[in-house]
Amino acid sequence: MIHQDSKTLLEVRGLCATVNSVEILKGIDLTVRSGEVHALMGPNGSGKSTFAKALAGHPAYVVTGGAVVYEGKNLLELKPEERARAGVFLGFQYPIEIPGVANSQFLRLTYNTVQAQRGKDELDPLEFDDFVREKMKLLEMNPDFLDRSVNEGFSGGEKKRNEILQMALLEPRLAILDETDSGLDIDALRVVAHGVNRLASKDNAIVLVTHYQRMLNYIVPDYVHVMESGRIVKTGGKELALELERRGYHWVSVEHRAAAGAAACA
Amino acid sequence: MRIVTSNSYLESLLQGQPQLPASPLAWLNQLRANAVDRVAALTVPTTRDEEWRFTDISPLTKQSFQPVRTASRLQAADVERFYLGEAVTRLVFVDGVYAPQLSSVARDLGVVVTNLSAAVSAHAAAIEPHLGRHTEFQDNVFAALNTAFLHDGALIVVPRNASVAVPVHLLFIATQKEAASYPRCLLVAESGSTVTVVEDYVALQEEAYFTNAVTEIALADNARVNHIRVQRDSGPAFHIANCAVSLAHASRYQSVSVALGARISRYNLNVLQAAEGAECAIDGLALIAERQLADTHTCIDHAKPHGTSRQLHKCIVGGAAHAVFNGKIVVRPGAQLTDSSQSSRNLLLTGKARVDTKPQLEIFADDVKCAHGATVGQLDNEEVFYLKSRGLSDVAARNLLTYAFGAEIIDRIPIASLKHRLEQTVLEQTQSN
Repeated sequence: MIHQDSKTLLEVRGLCATVNSVEILKGIDLTVRSGEVHALMGPNGSGKSTFAKALAGHPAYVVTGGAVVYEGKNLLELKPEERARAGVFLGFQYPIEIPGVANSQFLRLTYNTVQAQRGKDELDPLEFDDFVREKMKLLEMNPDFLDRSVNEGFSGGEKKRNEILQMALLEPRLAILDETDSGLDIDALRVVAHGVNRLASKDNAIVLVTHYQRMLNYIVPDYVHVMESGRIVKTGGKELALELERRGYHWVSVEHRAAAGAAACA
Repeated sequence: MRIVTSNSYLESLLQGQPQLPASPLAWLNQLRANAVDRVAALTVPTTRDEEWRFTDISPLTKQSFQPVRTASRLQAADVERFYLGEAVTRLVFVDGVYAPQLSSVARDLGVVVTNLSAAVSAHAAAIEPHLGRHTEFQDNVFAALNTAFLHDGALIVVPRNASVAVPVHLLFIATQKEAASYPRCLLVAESGSTVTVVEDYVALQEEAYFTNAVTEIALADNARVNHIRVQRDSGPAFHIANCAVSLAHASRYQSVSVALGARISRYNLNVLQAAEGAECAIDGLALIAERQLADTHTCIDHAKPHGTSRQLHKCIVGGAAHAVFNGKIVVRPGAQLTDSSQSSRNLLLTGKARVDTKPQLEIFADDVKCAHGATVGQLDNEEVFYLKSRGLSDVAARNLLTYAFGAEIIDRIPIASLKHRLEQTVLEQTQSN
């Protein structure tokens, strides 16, 4: 929700990034204030996931220009783990499987690591078990998933629930959810979206990376951005997503090129 | 410089052999005599032998080892930290010699668990078809040496349709330097029976000793055997072991073997699917560091149709250690509809760590499914990033993934206390700072 007096969480200016020496992001500008929900849409290959990973600090995504200020700090100077501890969360499009590590063990380790960094109390296994079970109810997750190896053998939908469960535990200030809706059936989508809504507050912000409008029926965005070729080329309200659903992405790029052409002539 | 030839070294190892008490069974005395002959005819393998290409055991031949003949004075308090809570039945051998005061056999178990030398007469009929019949020692000098010294050992006979709910623990404790021990196990699972056996090698001190073990396991029709093998010998020790398993119709053999200790260790596991519909799942983990060498050679012989085998072998190699895996799968003519999969996965933690892995498929039937694969590498960067994106430091992320790599195998051990203990060991060994 847009609040007039809310403070700026994230300020991205002219962000450029390469992957394997290929420039993918070509100058992204984005401002996210606390309390807001942003949807980042765009065709395949437009750079949405690259942007998400660059914000989380993936080493394969090399920032070549621009600035990212998160809560007044230069985010680009922080290591991935420091970003996570500072409250940046990336929900993965393809969560990694870790055979051999029980989910409960992994969740407790990440929770306690982040708690300790924030000067809060860690939980022992018993305390954590109660705590995590409560959070799992939010996502209608079967507690059996605690005993299984991290994401191993989980269905697509179960993996995504597990991502949002981590979000619920780590309580990020800025959650970037990379195609959390992909691989979800309609019921799972509703449950996951409901979970995300419950976690949204006036003190945090959510950036949803998505291809489709359907998730936005449940998580209503304050802003919808359209990416193309590594830039945000259009920004609108939630109705923009409906228009994209109806008309596709093509008209946006036509409009953008026309505007860019007009600007160049002027 | 005095040159010790391979044969004079073997002669020196055989020195104590004539002092063995004769068995009341003539065939057993003959078996030992044959083995002595084979030792005399064979030589210690070198890296020129294909089967020992990557494993140089010459450090073994530079030290002398003699069997221990005196009974141990150890008391339970000295060794009970090695006991498994789940295993009420336990045979303990100290430097290869049976230690009755440390052993314990539950009376109502419904299964024979006893020291081999004490039981040869009473159980001769069960023993004779199997002892020395599954482990070939004609061309295997270490199996021949073990057989030459065949005296004390573990005998387990699980009667027809008996199902033993609790595991049987065979604990081999090394206590003396320069001791040679020749552990011997024979497990006979009669038709329809089920049993879980833990073969466990531990040390009280960081000494150089030589363990040369032979285990024979015979599964009759529909028998189920779960075999857990843990080698946690002392750092300077040498450990060489041969295990032969024979599977009858629709029987199932499952094993997890873990190699943690010893300067040089070699484990040969040969599984013969001698009848139709046999099944085996054999998993292994070698976790080594410093200058250790751990070599695992397995052979799964699909001799009859409709057999299945599954194998996952993992090595975590740190320091300047060297792991070797040779996984042979044989599918004999006529062994149609064999379904076999083998995977060798190796994690190198340092630039000096080394692994040699070799899948070896010999397939002589045409309607079979045989999958195999081997990977050697460092930790996956995507996995490391995933954990870091959840707040874990680079070191913590790498430690957790290394632990997980090993824990996947440990997880398959069906005994909670042993699993927990080994997980702790893996955790400690994989934590760099």
